[in-house]
Amino acid sequence: MISLFLRLYYEFFKVGLFAIGGGMATVPFLQEMGKSTGWFSPGELADMIAVSESTPGPIGINMATYVGYVSGVRHGGAIEGILGSVIATVAIVTAPIIIILIIAKFLEKFRENIYVNAALYGLRTASVALIAAAGISIVLFSIFQVENVYDIGKAVIDYRCFILAAAILVVTRWVPKVKEWHPIIFIAISAAIGIIFHMSV
Amino acid sequence: MKEKQEKNSQLEKEDVTLFGLFLAFAKVGVMTFGGGYAMLPIMQRELVDKRGWVKDAELMDYFAIGQCTPGVIAVNTATFTGRKLKGVIGGLVASMGVVFPSLIIISIIAALIKNFAHIQAVQDALAGIRVCVCILIFNAVVKMWKNAVVDWITLIMFILILIASLFFDASPILMVVLAAIAGIIVKGRNDADKIKYGSDTKEQVVDDIAVTSDSREVKK
Repeated sequence: MISLFLRLYYEFFKVGLFAIGGGMATVPFLQEMGKSTGWFSPGELADMIAVSESTPGPIGINMATYVGYVSGVRHGGAIEGILGSVIATVAIVTAPIIIILIIAKFLEKFRENIYVNAALYGLRTASVALIAAAGISIVLFSIFQVENVYDIGKAVIDYRCFILAAAILVVTRWVPKVKEWHPIIFIAISAAIGIIFHMSV
Repeated sequence: MKEKQEKNSQLEKEDVTLFGLFLAFAKVGVMTFGGGYAMLPIMQRELVDKRGWVKDAELMDYFAIGQCTPGVIAVNTATFTGRKLKGVIGGLVASMGVVFPSLIIISIIAALIKNFAHIQAVQDALAGIRVCVCILIFNAVVKMWKNAVVDWITLIMFILILIASLFFDASPILMVVLAAIAGIIVKGRNDADKIKYGSDTKEQVVDDIAVTSDSREVKK
């Protein structure tokens, strides 16, 4: 049990240190964590993203809490789950807090340093590219029901998924006013559509 | 306005307790749905308007830096504000305040989902939600793309990292480290030269960066 908690701390410390650019930036790291530790499946990760988006609190923290809980429960019971959620959450904020406390001392110099900004120029790109790759994996899993790009030949074609995806895309990107709505609304509508059309079968 | 600010700076010294700091940030945590820019107005109301703990411009700075340093933006902003008011301990307490509501709420929801996951309707709902999540991630990528992929170098980097992660399962940590190094080599040297040879002033370079780091957009 102790070794699980140490591992949990270590894994989330790494996410906190390397995920740059907000909540979604944790997704590629969590995806890799799921693969290498077996704590949660790609499907569970997608559920966690949905829950984190639709509950109060920063997405990155919600994800850490959720993953910590699920991993703890998998190796024990509810108590381990709660301990796991606390450890994962503390772990993901450890590195950022230390870094911010250091930066706060010389705020202006940090913002104007050309090398810091040059690093950020690369980091922003890495962040988007990693999220895009994680997004494609989630699309493959959630819509085509295959585990990775190499299995694309085995993709399941379910028109309900395509239609729902296309509808949400149009509504969230191009319909004025509606596209400003909070994601929780689209998540709720998708859940209702999922139930009405029995989308899990 | 000036009176208000004076009153606020008095407040800052006398009335802020660690517990008050914790509560204020726990409130921000509860009221934040989603994260990122969604929470900026809430932080403005709670920290600038109501309590006068930080100035608007300071909050913008914290936000811009929080966005490009590791970690969750809300926590980074909390660390900055807490440190300003109460030193290192303040930074820690404020950060704990922001994450506290998530711990409680998510633990309850995770337990509920675990217990109800076998029900057919729940599975159907989750299947629908997963499709929605795909689009939400896509939208997040489009939004971030505008500030990140700004020239052909970043476009090539984007494509390389995408291929490496999708087809070769490359470690995201490795990708992040390489991207930072590439950024320093490509842009850092370039900008350093510009300043050295005076063909472009430092102000301009910094200005470029300020625009890409989105601080302008937030101000609107």
